[in-house]
Amino acid sequence: MRANKVHLLISNRRTIKFIDLNSWGSDTFWSPVMISKMFVLIFLVSFIAIFVFSETGIASTRFEDLLEKNSALIKKSSSKTVEPVLAKIRAFGGPVATRFLKHWKAKKIFLVKSTGKFVVGAPSAKNGKKMVTIFSIATNKQLSVNPARDLKQLKPNSGVRAKIASSLVPLQLLSGSLDERREGIETVERKVERPHIAPLRDALKKESNNILKKRLTKVFAYATIAFSNDDNEVKAAIQSLYEDLSIGTRAALNPLLSETIDVAETLPTNVNLARVIIPNQSIRNWDGSVQKTNTFWQRTPELNTLTAYSLLVEKNLAPNPVSSKIRDAKIISLAKNGIVAGVRLSSLNNEASRDAVYDWLVKNKGLPARVDEEQMSAIIEKYVFFARYNHSSKEVVQTAIKVLTNINRKVAFYQFLDLLLDGISLVSIYFLAAIGLAITFGVMKVINMAHGEFIMIGAYTGYVIQLFVPNYTISILIAIPAAFLVAFLAGIILERAVIRHLYKRPLETLLATFGISIALQQIAKNIFGTQARPLTSPEWLDGALVINDVLAISNIRIAIFVLGLVFFGLILFVMTKTRFGLETRAVTQNPSMAASMGINPERINMLTFGFGSGIAGIAGIAIGLFSKVTSELGSDYIVQSFMTVVVGGVGNIWGTLAGATMIGLLQKGIEWFNPSNTLAAQTYMVVFIILFIQFRPKGIIALKGRAAEV
Amino acid sequence: MRETILTKYFSNNRHVFFFLGFLTLFTFAVVILAEGFGLGWLGTSFVKTLGKTLCLCMVAIAMDLVWGYCGILSLGHFAFFALGGYMIGMWLMFARTKLVVVAAAKNLALPLTEEEIKSAVGTQIFGVVGGAEIPNIWAFADILPAQLAFVILIPGALALIFGWLAFRSRVDGVYLSILTQAMTLALALYLFQNDSGLRGNNGLSGLQNIPGLENVQQSLVSMYFFIASAFILGIIYCLSNLIVSSKLGNIIKGIRDNEERVRFLGYNVEGFKLFIFVYTAIISGIAGAMYYPQAGIINPAELAPIASIYLAVWVAIGGRGRLYGAVIGAAFVSLMSSYFTGGQAPDIALGFGTLIWTDWWLVLLGLSFVLVTIYAPKGIGGVFDLLAKRNND
Repeated sequence: MRANKVHLLISNRRTIKFIDLNSWGSDTFWSPVMISKMFVLIFLVSFIAIFVFSETGIASTRFEDLLEKNSALIKKSSSKTVEPVLAKIRAFGGPVATRFLKHWKAKKIFLVKSTGKFVVGAPSAKNGKKMVTIFSIATNKQLSVNPARDLKQLKPNSGVRAKIASSLVPLQLLSGSLDERREGIETVERKVERPHIAPLRDALKKESNNILKKRLTKVFAYATIAFSNDDNEVKAAIQSLYEDLSIGTRAALNPLLSETIDVAETLPTNVNLARVIIPNQSIRNWDGSVQKTNTFWQRTPELNTLTAYSLLVEKNLAPNPVSSKIRDAKIISLAKNGIVAGVRLSSLNNEASRDAVYDWLVKNKGLPARVDEEQMSAIIEKYVFFARYNHSSKEVVQTAIKVLTNINRKVAFYQFLDLLLDGISLVSIYFLAAIGLAITFGVMKVINMAHGEFIMIGAYTGYVIQLFVPNYTISILIAIPAAFLVAFLAGIILERAVIRHLYKRPLETLLATFGISIALQQIAKNIFGTQARPLTSPEWLDGALVINDVLAISNIRIAIFVLGLVFFGLILFVMTKTRFGLETRAVTQNPSMAASMGINPERINMLTFGFGSGIAGIAGIAIGLFSKVTSELGSDYIVQSFMTVVVGGVGNIWGTLAGATMIGLLQKGIEWFNPSNTLAAQTYMVVFIILFIQFRPKGIIALKGRAAEV
Repeated sequence: MRETILTKYFSNNRHVFFFLGFLTLFTFAVVILAEGFGLGWLGTSFVKTLGKTLCLCMVAIAMDLVWGYCGILSLGHFAFFALGGYMIGMWLMFARTKLVVVAAAKNLALPLTEEEIKSAVGTQIFGVVGGAEIPNIWAFADILPAQLAFVILIPGALALIFGWLAFRSRVDGVYLSILTQAMTLALALYLFQNDSGLRGNNGLSGLQNIPGLENVQQSLVSMYFFIASAFILGIIYCLSNLIVSSKLGNIIKGIRDNEERVRFLGYNVEGFKLFIFVYTAIISGIAGAMYYPQAGIINPAELAPIASIYLAVWVAIGGRGRLYGAVIGAAFVSLMSSYFTGGQAPDIALGFGTLIWTDWWLVLLGLSFVLVTIYAPKGIGGVFDLLAKRNND
């Protein structure tokens, strides 16, 4: 209301200006009609102005009065006593109250010590002195700059701040500003409380922004579920969340299924029964239904004898059992000179003898009797154990179960999809890491243990380039070809210096390249140190593609997938469509025949090795982007890469893809069964691969015919 | 001189004679010079280093048998080595913790029951990985003979199963190397888990305190282990030499040189390979069981795949296909490594900077290893060939 009036005032002022500029001095302006109109206008304007100004004036003074009256409670606020003040402020309402509450929550309210008035303050420093610029709460106008010691800052504790936030909600939800309303909704989304229902309902009617309206509807449903006493209303609210996958929804619905385990002599009829529990036998399912134990899935029963019995003790339906601790204490306390019941304490080194001594004490000294497990079972059998829902309405609980079942099914589906996508990104990484090896190992039959170090060289190249080129996008674009080039050159040097001497001795290539590997790792350690170096991805790779509340794919995963795809295509193209690829394949199959056709096998070997190493360098950039660059970066991937190549089938790019797919998906799949333990997943995967190679020693895609013999 | 079997054996295998002689002399020298019994010139930790080196020589002999004689480049023998260590480590840790627990309970009014002792030991050992229950694989940890048997049985059984699977499907050459490496990796990853029952990456520790020898000084304990290691090394050397110099050894060497031909001659190649694989795994297990009580701690990092590759490096530098080559390689490289990485070696000031050995030793080792592979495939052992040739000429 007040906002509208102010607006009117401004428009009236404009009218005056308009008159000023255009009509002053003109004849028509001074005509009697005009003059009379003018008087009316001036009268009207001044009346409204007086009305509005006085109203704000009154409002502000009223609010300040309110604060002053409650100043003791505001100054020393505690979450227990602050509520009445907040109620008054809420009742007052309006932007002034909102502003005050927000500043209070942000610890920006100061008390002027001399006058006892509350002001908004912004601390600053001047000439090394602490100063506070203060503003009026009512008008938000700057008043003065005071030394800090003249003021006292109000520091509400977190409990009070939570209460303030909750009180802010109704004010914010009905505010004219979009941001305020959004802020209010966010607060409610974090924690919805009973007093929010009414403002939520009002806000829902008024809200014009579609996105906010959706959020409001959902929060209103949460509030209804949590606080409404009308079962039909609650049921409708639950139904409205049928399609919603967010964690908030699940958190809102799950309390409806909360239950209490109870015991009685006969099953009562007046409770909302969830299930009957048979101790030591029945297992609880997530939705409260019961299942019997079986030997197939060893799941622990919901109640065992001991817990069932302690429940009986809690309800005073059975005597307290004597725990072994109490038993031992009694035995010790009743012993004289180390002897009790004619037995030496030092001989009581097993349970049976202690029980026997205690039983003797029960008979002769009147101690409470022990209850052993058999007796416990006998007592338990006399009673019915059951779980009852804490919510009174059966229908509400059933609706909640139905909706939750649907939600859980969908969540499971999206989680599976997420896992699959996760697996695919892992496949891309394994593929990138292994494809260079597939070329050198598969095509040239050369084991290159230093392959991991080429990955490392690529990653460090990226790091060094980022030191010189601060723009991350450009530096990555430079780094990819640079990493290829550096690793390519390193590969050619390695081939010329070492591997060319060992083509006839493949096992020894393994050892020689291992020597290179440890030397390169140590050199990297000496140059770059042992700490991890960052390879920062450009900002546009930081986000994620959000599909829904469950499924989000990070951009970096997509980028690596695309990179893997591009390189798969590129390598396939090079190997099958270019002269270089043709010559490589020719040399692989029969070097001497290729040589007689005018191909230089030495040159081809060198280039192929360089090519494979170069691709390892690019893989280094990809791996470095999502993990830190260390000198051990490559050796983490070397065994996996070898397995990828071997499992896929040697000498075949499609085979490497198949191998990477199998290993990556398998690893994620095993992780799915046991998500807490990635180490176990890796262990089982390696064991699986060992077994797999037993049955397909030549890999998934095995070469046939003469090519296989080379 | 009357010709007995023994003298005939030694005259045909002169290196065994020389080796045993040298080993005996070396052992006596160390005994005399060390703190335990003699002059005290060698510190306890150095005696332990020497004792550990002898154990590494044992596993190097195993590696030489399987790679140098049979042509299987196994990258998994350090896994067997560590398994042996774990088996003995379980007894050492359990028995010692039990002694500590019982000693601490001496003043209680009631003596501890078996269950109470077990649960106290469990809390002591597994508290670090957030457990208190003793896993099932520790069922026999209290019984020394059982764990000693496991030192042989567990690596042997693993090698038998793995080898049978691998050789049966004719996985050989490079593939077998990668497969053995995968086996080592799987085992290491398994042991890294906290719920593997072997204390995850904490491993087993305090193994240098031998139960029953609490009142014996470490200098003496180190001497016992050193002498025992030397003794076992001697036995393993002789036993392995018996194998390689017999007809069995010829077949094995035949498999290395041309597997197909041996198969066509009617030999069961897989059986022979399996025998060597299991035999060497057992040697590795024994070596590990001797090594880790001297090292004092074992953890899964010990059986990282790289350790097994280092083993191959030792054998290659020492010289494949000769038992003394493996011993020389293991002793030489491991002692050099501990000398240079231990920080005792003086840094060398070059014109442009200082050569810090701890930083550059691995680079030097790696490059020298490349040079040995390319230019001296026979390793250090090849020098003896040259000497023998000169003598004959």
